Amino acid sequence: MNLIYDPWPWYVAGPLIALTMFILLYVGKQFGMSSNLRTMCSIGGAGKYSDFFKFDWKAERWNLMVVIGAVIGGFIASQFMSDNIVKINPEVAEQLSTDYGIKSAGEAYLPPELFASEHLTDPFVLAILILGGFMVGFGARYAGGCTSGHAISGLSNLQLPSLIAVIGFFIGGLVMIHLLFPLIFS
Amino acid sequence: MKYISYLTIGIFFGIIMYKSEAASWFRIYEMFQFGSFHMYGIIGSALVIGVIGIQIIKKYNIKAIGGSEMNLHPKKKSIARYLIGGIIFGLGWALAGACPGPMYVLAGAGYSSILVVIAAAILGTFVYGLVKDKLPH
Repeated sequence: MNLIYDPWPWYVAGPLIALTMFILLYVGKQFGMSSNLRTMCSIGGAGKYSDFFKFDWKAERWNLMVVIGAVIGGFIASQFMSDNIVKINPEVAEQLSTDYGIKSAGEAYLPPELFASEHLTDPFVLAILILGGFMVGFGARYAGGCTSGHAISGLSNLQLPSLIAVIGFFIGGLVMIHLLFPLIFS
Repeated sequence: MKYISYLTIGIFFGIIMYKSEAASWFRIYEMFQFGSFHMYGIIGSALVIGVIGIQIIKKYNIKAIGGSEMNLHPKKKSIARYLIGGIIFGLGWALAGACPGPMYVLAGAGYSSILVVIAAAILGTFVYGLVKDKLPH
C-alpha cells in the first residue's frame, strides 16, 4: 500500500480526527467547523439584522485560520497526494447509475453531474447545490453544531444533546437518500 | 505565531478529510445506503478514542496549555432544537454530500461549484439568525 497516494483507511483517518480534536482542546479551543459560518455572517455585517450575530467575532479568528488551513490541506491533498478517484461499493455505484443517471462513481472524487462548473447554469443542479448548502447552514446553527461539533466533540464528551442531534443528522440523511432522492433525481 | 499553529492544524485536518474520502459526495451517499463500513469506521474510531481520551482528561484533570481548563462545557438540555435542527442538517448533508469541514477542503481542491454550497450555507446560517426567536428550541 502506498501511504501517501492511496486513500487512507478508516482506522487511520478516525484516530487522526480524534487527534485533531485533542490538539484543539489542548490549545484551549474546541473542534467545531460550522460556527465559522456564523463568524463569516458577523464579519459581513449581519449584526445589523440580528443580535445573534452581535458577538466578538475577533475571538473566533483562530477558527478561521483552521478554515484557511483546511482549504490549503484540500489543495495539497488533491494536487500531490491523490488520484482524485473515489471507489465505492460497486452495487451502490451501479444503483446510482441505473436509478439516477449518476455514472461517475469510481471515476471522480465528486460527481461531475452535480459539481462540474459548466453545470452551474443548469437550474436543477444549481437548486440542488443551493438547497443542500442552505439546509446544512441553517440546520447546523439550529442544532448548535455539525458533524465535528456534535458527532465528534459532543459525543466524545458523552453529551446527550449531541446524541439527539446526531440521530437527527441520520434521520435527515436517510430521508433524503431513501425517500427524496427517488423524487428529485428520477 | 499562534495563528500559524491554527493554520497547521487546519492543513492537517484538511488532508485527513480529503485523503479519507470523507469529503466525497459518493462516500456520504454510500454511508446512507449502508453500502460500506468506511464512514462508520471513521466516525466510530474517532469516537472511541475521543470518549476514552476525554474520560482520561477529566479523571486526571489535565489542563490546556497555559494551565486553563479545557473547553468541555456541557451542552444546554433540549430536544426540539437538536432533533429538528439535526434533521434539517442531515437533509442538506445528504443532498450536497458535504458538511461544513469538507466544504472548505473541497474549495481548496478546486471544485468551484462548492463555493455555491458554501455561500448557501452562510445564507442558511444568516436566515437562522433572523428567525431563531420564532423557532422551538
